[in-house]
Amino acid sequence: MTTLTRTPGDETAEDPGTPGGRGRWTGYLLLLPGALWLVLFFAVPIGSLVSTSLYDPTGTLETGYRFAFDVGNYIDAISTYAPEFGRSLLYAGLATIFALLLGYPLAYAISFKAGRWKNLLLVLVIAPFFTSFLIRTLSWKLILADQGWVVDSLKFLHVPLSNGRLLDTPVAVITGLTYNFLPFMVLPLYASLEKIDHRLIEAAGDLYASPFQGFRKVTLPLSMPGVVAGTLLTFIPAAGDFINKELLGSPQQSMIGNRIQGLFESGSYPAASALSVTLMVLIVVMVIAYIRRAGTEDLL
Amino acid sequence: MSLSALAVAGGGSLAACGTPAAEQTTESCVSEDLSATEKVVNWSNWPAYIDRAFVERDGEDVNISPTLQDFEQSSGITVHYTADVNDNVEFFEKVRNQLAACETTERDLFVLTDWMAARMLDLGWLQKLDHANLPNVEANLAASLRAPAWDKNRDYSVPWQSGLTGIAYNADLTDEVRSFEELMTRSDLNGQITLLTEMRDTMLFMLLITGGDPEDFSDDEWGTALERLQQAVEDGHVRKFTGNNYLQDLTSGNIAACEAWSGDVILTQFDNPNIKFVVPEEGLALWSDNMVVPNKATHKTNAEKLMDYYYDPTVAATVSAWVNYICPVSGAREAMEKVDRSLVDNPLIFPDEAMLAQTSSFMSLDETTARRYETDFQQVSGG
Repeated sequence: MTTLTRTPGDETAEDPGTPGGRGRWTGYLLLLPGALWLVLFFAVPIGSLVSTSLYDPTGTLETGYRFAFDVGNYIDAISTYAPEFGRSLLYAGLATIFALLLGYPLAYAISFKAGRWKNLLLVLVIAPFFTSFLIRTLSWKLILADQGWVVDSLKFLHVPLSNGRLLDTPVAVITGLTYNFLPFMVLPLYASLEKIDHRLIEAAGDLYASPFQGFRKVTLPLSMPGVVAGTLLTFIPAAGDFINKELLGSPQQSMIGNRIQGLFESGSYPAASALSVTLMVLIVVMVIAYIRRAGTEDLL
Repeated sequence: MSLSALAVAGGGSLAACGTPAAEQTTESCVSEDLSATEKVVNWSNWPAYIDRAFVERDGEDVNISPTLQDFEQSSGITVHYTADVNDNVEFFEKVRNQLAACETTERDLFVLTDWMAARMLDLGWLQKLDHANLPNVEANLAASLRAPAWDKNRDYSVPWQSGLTGIAYNADLTDEVRSFEELMTRSDLNGQITLLTEMRDTMLFMLLITGGDPEDFSDDEWGTALERLQQAVEDGHVRKFTGNNYLQDLTSGNIAACEAWSGDVILTQFDNPNIKFVVPEEGLALWSDNMVVPNKATHKTNAEKLMDYYYDPTVAATVSAWVNYICPVSGAREAMEKVDRSLVDNPLIFPDEAMLAQTSSFMSLDETTARRYETDFQQVSGG
């Protein structure tokens, strides 16, 4: 969100003539549905989550939980599940890098080279969304199966595989994450590449920049908002994901999402909530640091 | 939960609150029975857990259950049947808020596995059944299922189907796996096996192979069993923990053997005869899924009539021929002669008394211990 330079009560040229009239309330009225939505489905759940994370963890369903401001839940959760936090960030980070490496050339080709095929290609990027997330991830189980053609080909080429398999390894989980979130990388990249004025790239050529220099000094910087948006849209959901590990990983690949789900199922609501809040805070902090560094504050 | 959440947000700050106790008693939560005037019963069961047939109705093929239809015709009670129990824990979460607050779940009959039915009973969430309405159950309930530890007189529950937890293996890929010990140690199975995410199923066998008694074990014995499991996971011997979906991995050859539920395996054998089920040498893990009536269900008598109907041996045999789990109704074996002769001698549907004598079941746990064990188990299983 761009910075609001005007406070809502401020009457300037755009609010003509009717000081104190109906106009000044229109903005608020228009905000109402969105605000209500935010309060009901964001603020209230967050409040509930944070307060649950501070319940006395010795409570049970039978006796009820008591609010105890128990910060110990956080200390326990973080110290017990530090490896899972690390793994989530690592897997999500790698998936984001791979999605960027795959997605950037694709978005570039769609935007600059596709001509009349542009719309068709864009539809193809989104097409996987017509099938359910679960089915798409399950299909990877077939592709990476121990007796499937991928493993067979790799074995034929003498590529070393840990335990002679792909399924239920980190490779499978990261592949699944990359695949599932790739469209979230491609679409913002495409949007920002599409906006680039081609004459700027031509100008770079006129000034004796090689095509690579032109790309590095003109195209890439101008597409940075897309890169930042794309990496965020990939990294954030990937870090909290649990389905890919569930279907494509083994117990050694547990991510934080799996732990939250497990704790919730075993009825350890305070611990599950503490982990959720910690993950959220961690991601918000990382995102802010990243955006500061990338210098695209306009995004927020 | 949701109300306290609103209170928190409404106050704009983290008000000091918690959740009220979820436990109910017969005094605190009184249910009304409208069965006399409302001829309906709302039934929540697991998917693919009843007989099925396609019939043509108004020119369209519809999927119905012949036994249910027969019950509706003979009793005049309309059954709203929903297959929305996919997982005990998930279903518990679905109805938890209502039952904790003594509100209606809009359901009159659930089917839940022993330990979850026991948990709900402990929480005071179930209605006591009137055995006067259950003459067939009284007469035909299998002797081995009459007095489970958690519901000694079957005052609150009636078994729907029973099953065995054991070992399944793919005979294309490996030799017979006779015991759980073998499953956990044989070197050719390294990285080729899966276990179940249901803590009680898996830990029952881990306790047996580490010398504990699953029906009565100490914290130390639990620790030893868990350590053994952890070792197997860290060594990569156990590839994965799964719910109901282990059969795809087994048939596609990703794994060679796994811990499995009997009925699933019999169903798969129709397509793939190389999938075999073994009752492990360590013992037999017998469980039941039980019909229970929750608090505030308003059609208890109708639900009882339905339970009783399914304890008619012929009806029970018809259902068992479809779902392939152990039939809890004695006399159903004789009735099966007429329904499907090929299943009469299947020990996984009609086990003999000698087989049932080696049954082990899992100790019943109070809420706090259950949660501690569940959490311990999930630490290891990665859930």
